[in-house]
Amino acid sequence: MRGITKRFPGVLANDQVDFEAAPGEVHALLGENGAGKTTLMNVLTGLYRPDEGEIRIHGKPVEFHSPRDALNAGIGMVHQHFRLVETLTVAENMTLGWHTPRFWLGARVGRRQVRDVSESLRMAVDPDARVWQLSVGEQQRVEILKAVFRGSRVLILDEPTAVLTPQEVEQLFATLRVMAREGHSVIVITHKLHEVMAVADRITVLRGGKSVATLPVSEATPRSLAALMVGREIAEARRVEREHSTGELVVEVANLTTPGDRGGFAVRDVSFGIRAGEILGVAGVAGNGQRELAETVYGIRAAAAGVVRVNGKSLRPGDPRAAIGAGVAHVPEDRLGTGLAPSLSITSNVSLKTYRTAPMSRGPLLLLRRMHERARALIKRYDVQAPGPDTPVRNLSGGNLQKLVLGREFDGEPRVLVAAQPTRGLDVGAIETVHSYLRQAAADGVAILLFSEDLDEIRALADRIVVMYEGALVGELDASSATVEELGLLMAGGRAE
Amino acid sequence: MRFERRLDQPRWLIFAVPIGSIAVAFVLMAIVLVLTGHAPGPTFRRLLDSAFFANGALTATFVSSTPILFTGLAAAAAFRMQLYNIGGEGQFYLGAVAAVGLALYLGDRGLDSTPVYIVAMALVGAVAGAAWAAIPALLRAFAHTNEIITSLMLNYVAGLLLTYLIIDSHSYWRDLESFEGQTFPLGKTIPEQANWPSASLDAFGGVLLPLGFGVGIALAAVMWIVYSRTRFGFEIQVIGDSPRSARFAGMRLRRKILAVMCISGAIAGLGGASYEGDFAFQIDPTGLQTSFYGYTGIVVAALARYNPLAVVPVAFLLGGLLSAGYTLQGADFPSGLVGVMQGLILFCALAGEVLVRYRLRIGRRAPRGVEAQAETAS
Repeated sequence: MRGITKRFPGVLANDQVDFEAAPGEVHALLGENGAGKTTLMNVLTGLYRPDEGEIRIHGKPVEFHSPRDALNAGIGMVHQHFRLVETLTVAENMTLGWHTPRFWLGARVGRRQVRDVSESLRMAVDPDARVWQLSVGEQQRVEILKAVFRGSRVLILDEPTAVLTPQEVEQLFATLRVMAREGHSVIVITHKLHEVMAVADRITVLRGGKSVATLPVSEATPRSLAALMVGREIAEARRVEREHSTGELVVEVANLTTPGDRGGFAVRDVSFGIRAGEILGVAGVAGNGQRELAETVYGIRAAAAGVVRVNGKSLRPGDPRAAIGAGVAHVPEDRLGTGLAPSLSITSNVSLKTYRTAPMSRGPLLLLRRMHERARALIKRYDVQAPGPDTPVRNLSGGNLQKLVLGREFDGEPRVLVAAQPTRGLDVGAIETVHSYLRQAAADGVAILLFSEDLDEIRALADRIVVMYEGALVGELDASSATVEELGLLMAGGRAE
Repeated sequence: MRFERRLDQPRWLIFAVPIGSIAVAFVLMAIVLVLTGHAPGPTFRRLLDSAFFANGALTATFVSSTPILFTGLAAAAAFRMQLYNIGGEGQFYLGAVAAVGLALYLGDRGLDSTPVYIVAMALVGAVAGAAWAAIPALLRAFAHTNEIITSLMLNYVAGLLLTYLIIDSHSYWRDLESFEGQTFPLGKTIPEQANWPSASLDAFGGVLLPLGFGVGIALAAVMWIVYSRTRFGFEIQVIGDSPRSARFAGMRLRRKILAVMCISGAIAGLGGASYEGDFAFQIDPTGLQTSFYGYTGIVVAALARYNPLAVVPVAFLLGGLLSAGYTLQGADFPSGLVGVMQGLILFCALAGEVLVRYRLRIGRRAPRGVEAQAETAS
């Protein structure tokens, strides 16, 4: 892939990216969230068409119009969320929708072919087992076999270890090495440094949509990769030093433990405190429990153990209304899905949390005119680009959605703000605006819990930084002296030396 | 040819599409009529005539419209929150059973006042419908059971209850005294004072407007205010659009599920009470179970886009069609053909809905990948 550029409205997802994978190697594609890894692979698998650049396979330029083209060219993908029919057998899943000329000759032929493929790769899978009976690791194996069975010579795995146990990870890596030895190209998308070191032959690092380096694993160390990934040369620039807050302790979180969506615990025994006017940054690689922690503090998610106190009063767990009543505001990670009602108007969304009381309602009746006025004022003050207060919010761009949510949350004059990835997906100008809002809120005495995967952002805004890894807080650093290397290592599960 | 989602829906579409759908339906019906050897023109004239214009046609239309007005409102009330109460049918039965039961009891006690009968029947009908709806509501709120399945299944239970009360037992509802009642299982008739009055509209040639229809119109207006102007309605809108965001905003989802489902059931139950007080005066298990008022109400609500104000005209028009169907059928016109005609109108109306949300693209070349795929497949 040469000079791949892909633009989305307001975002440059891939900017002149070069990428190559040779037969017989495991190539890791490393980068933070939003660095453009997934976009690049979606271009390679034909889901997106690049705005610029070309793709060559075995030296021949190709043009993909649909995922089907890419599949025919031998490019297979194993998605993070498996695409298997749970009630069918392994063999049926692998042959499903795949037009071999004599498909109707029956399940026997399919089964034999499945067995041949699985033996050639030394991956034991029972072709007659039904998918729902298999463990997650086995299902992933089925996905890999399916891709190989369909003639893939290039196999892309998107965050393949996210759902696996350590033992399954070992097995997977062994499989990937076998596949490489058989002459396949294996591309692994990841942001976990130790896995890269364990499995990859070569590494390409993406940052901010650009490929910043391609190097063999022998020349890389976790430290150097972390620095490449987060880009330290721009790291120091933006920090604004402030007085350390000496305000009262507003938020106290003690021994918080929260169940995860996939069983187990997403948040493990987390404790911290935030003073008025202080910004506590939570750094970490996506999926280490940050979202769940934010939701537990705000009350969307109920804790299994532990307590959240605001101004000394503990909040009723799992009840956002208690948090709202105590002055906790929340800018959720998934703005459109959690913070807004997409097909309702800006007016409705602005009043989403204040409709219950005066001045937005009197008794059971809503005061629609006041809601309208409030929406209009907020659109103006936070510079939301929208045709008018009646526009459904799903028609707004990402940056404007974020301004709307921030505006609404600040408007309630909160004492505590839980901000999860507040600048994700925004362009530079919007990021600056959001940062200035956050700084202003802190200056006004709001206690802020800031979640971000962008280390520059955390280091620029936070007073203290804690790092979250596998649901637990693994280190606390002073933001003014924390280095990217230290943070990167903690984030990747390494210990500070 | 393919469908693309419309980014914006022009306002005129909302009116143009239903009218266009009806036109298409009449064209299709004409084809069916010609194929079966009937003249389309006179048949259509007879259809419209017996629905709206003939002597007594409007009175008959109101008889068909009133029950589906209630069940339509009931479905709209729940569907607005994306709570799919398919149990309007059963809730309607329960309302009818409770209202008749109470009217019979009050009659035995010698009650004489028609207004008291009306209020008592309406209240007990609504309560019974709400109670029947509370079963799927509780299951949904506390056990995350799919309310479509549970409310649908309870319709059959309610149907069996009707059969049991009149045919399989000597219940309070069954007529055991009259001659007909002794030869054939029949429901006991409620006292005459318990019959709901109807207004005679002299301006329209003495058309009888049943009390139930008036109640339904008032209910539609109240519902419209509640849904668009109150905190409760706002919460329903938000929950219907995004339950996650509703939780985020501190709304109590369980309570809303219970409340909305019970309101929906209460409206259907009130419909059952009105049906008995206005027209039936006794429990007729077969008649109730073959009218499908509850299911037709879902169609009414869908055509009205869950807007309570729109439910009124839709119920009226659909009621006209149903009632015309009854008068149309006869020796030369099989009842199956009436069913086909009604089905065509409903089908076209619902299919037209797609065009409001999606646009049809014709003549664009399929992506090359698809063609290549088609070649390898063949």
